[in-house]
Amino acid sequence: MEFLAPADLGDAVAAKAAHPDAVPIMGGTDVMVELNFDRRRPELLLDLGRVPELREWDRDGDRIRLGAAVSYSRVIAELSGVLPGLAMASRTVGSPQIRNRGSIGGNLGAASPAGDAHPALLAAAAEVELTSVRGVRRVPIDDFFLGVKRHAGAPDELITAVWIGAATGPQQFSKVGTRNAMVIAVCSFGLALHPGSAQVRTGIGSAAPTPRRAAAAETFVNAALQDGNLWHSRDVLAESLLTEFARRVTAAAAPIDDVRGTADYRRRALGVLARRCLQWAWTDYRSGSVG
Amino acid sequence: MRVELTVNGEPLLADDVWEGESLLYLLRERLGLPGSKNACEQGECGSCTVYLDGVTVCACLVAAGQAAGRQVVTVEGLTDRMTEPAALHPIQQAFLDAGAVQCGFCTPGLLVATHDLLARLPAPTDEQVRESLAGNLCRCTGYEKILDAVRLAAGRLAADASGGHGRNAAGPKPGDQR
Ligand SMILES: Cc1cc2nc3c(=O)[nH]c(=O)nc-3n(C[C@H](O)[C@H](O)[C@H](O)COP(=O)(O)OP(=O)(O)OC[C@H]3O[C@@H](n4cnc5c(N)ncnc54)[C@H](O)[C@@H]3O)c2cc1C
Ligand code: FES
Ligand code: FES
Repeated sequence: MEFLAPADLGDAVAAKAAHPDAVPIMGGTDVMVELNFDRRRPELLLDLGRVPELREWDRDGDRIRLGAAVSYSRVIAELSGVLPGLAMASRTVGSPQIRNRGSIGGNLGAASPAGDAHPALLAAAAEVELTSVRGVRRVPIDDFFLGVKRHAGAPDELITAVWIGAATGPQQFSKVGTRNAMVIAVCSFGLALHPGSAQVRTGIGSAAPTPRRAAAAETFVNAALQDGNLWHSRDVLAESLLTEFARRVTAAAAPIDDVRGTADYRRRALGVLARRCLQWAWTDYRSGSVG
Repeated sequence: MRVELTVNGEPLLADDVWEGESLLYLLRERLGLPGSKNACEQGECGSCTVYLDGVTVCACLVAAGQAAGRQVVTVEGLTDRMTEPAALHPIQQAFLDAGAVQCGFCTPGLLVATHDLLARLPAPTDEQVRESLAGNLCRCTGYEKILDAVRLAAGRLAADASGGHGRNAAGPKPGDQR
């Protein structure tokens, strides 16, 4: 095995171009488990922990460019105000030690259906920045996840950042697990209100082969909010609206039975999460708070 | 490959490090620092908790090469080695006094995690203690004595600090980048 630790982004993408099979490692919280248990023996380990461009975040107008290697702990400490949904999701990840090391970009790289950042990124309409020697492109998060642990990055590309709009309305994230810390989600749900465009966006986790939005639920709730003039009146949401929203979120999932839970349980739990998240976010919206 | 790093303030180096090996293996098997324990190698138990550039991490999940040139502090680094015999850190003493150590396998990780907690929050609530130690599993004690030990340590450190003995909070932390 070889170990390369480029000191800047140029060297990092050049290395990935020269060795498309190289395994990138940032926090290592996924990669090292695979190495420790001999599930993976890459020819080359490409340590991106020394690339400054990946370790920073900046604000560019109303969007945040979050370097791929920024840890959950930093998102929680530094970005809870502007990225409340992602910060909420980050708080549920692993343990303090895992949050100190694990990164949003690493979560995307692993592309697990259960990755906790994903529902929040889907709800926030994030874009994933991919960089190679050929150039830089941004892939909408909706098009990023291709299958279980497969994503849209090409073999010569690195995930370099995530672009996320600063929240303009309340956001929520909720996750079901057997206890509070150190759990892979049985199912999870993220939701963001975008009052400017009168949109609700959603993200479903751990209840389909990939993280995905609940498109029909969004269409329904967007129309209902519009027709009822609710964005303007900020009235209480009708029971029937919450119930139909939850039903459509449930219908958007395609869960499986596994050791963490049955498909039926996941569907049921997801409906509960969806309803709660919408209710909580709307209550915040009514009281005029952002995030 | 060769890896050079600073551990507990001392510059160290190891040769013939396998590229895929963990910082935990490097510390225990090559650098003679077996304090950090290996109980799962998958980030679940926290027995291998060390500081890496001032931030607590599972050493089993850091590639040895990623620690090159960095500052590592292990449980061995908590003791005051200037004295002879080395004086236990007040947190270590509190764990002993509270009966928070049974088989002791989880203890090194809990000590480092507690050290980090008390450096950030000198008077944590029980809730904050539980949250901060959520990544450290203990199969023996049932955690109650561990909570007692953390409370005892927090109290003693606070008394020390106000008594002007100069041991500020949980002691200095090298660096603090994440
Ligand atoms: C004990 C434990 C608990 C956990 N709990 C949770 C949890 O609650 N929720 C959750 O979502 N996850 C959890 N995880 C999984 C893991 O921590 C997350 O997926 C984390 O976000 C990975 O980030 P990392 O920086 O450590 O990634 P790494 O392990 O460094 O990399 C992850 C994957 O992405 C690839 N990769 C890394 N960087 C790049 C890049 N720049 N470009 C392209 N590909 C790249 C790697 O090759 C690898 O396939 C847990 C892991 C452990 C060990
Ligand atoms: S040995 Fe590292 S967390 Fe268990
Ligand atoms: S004392 Fe035995 S594992 Fe904690």
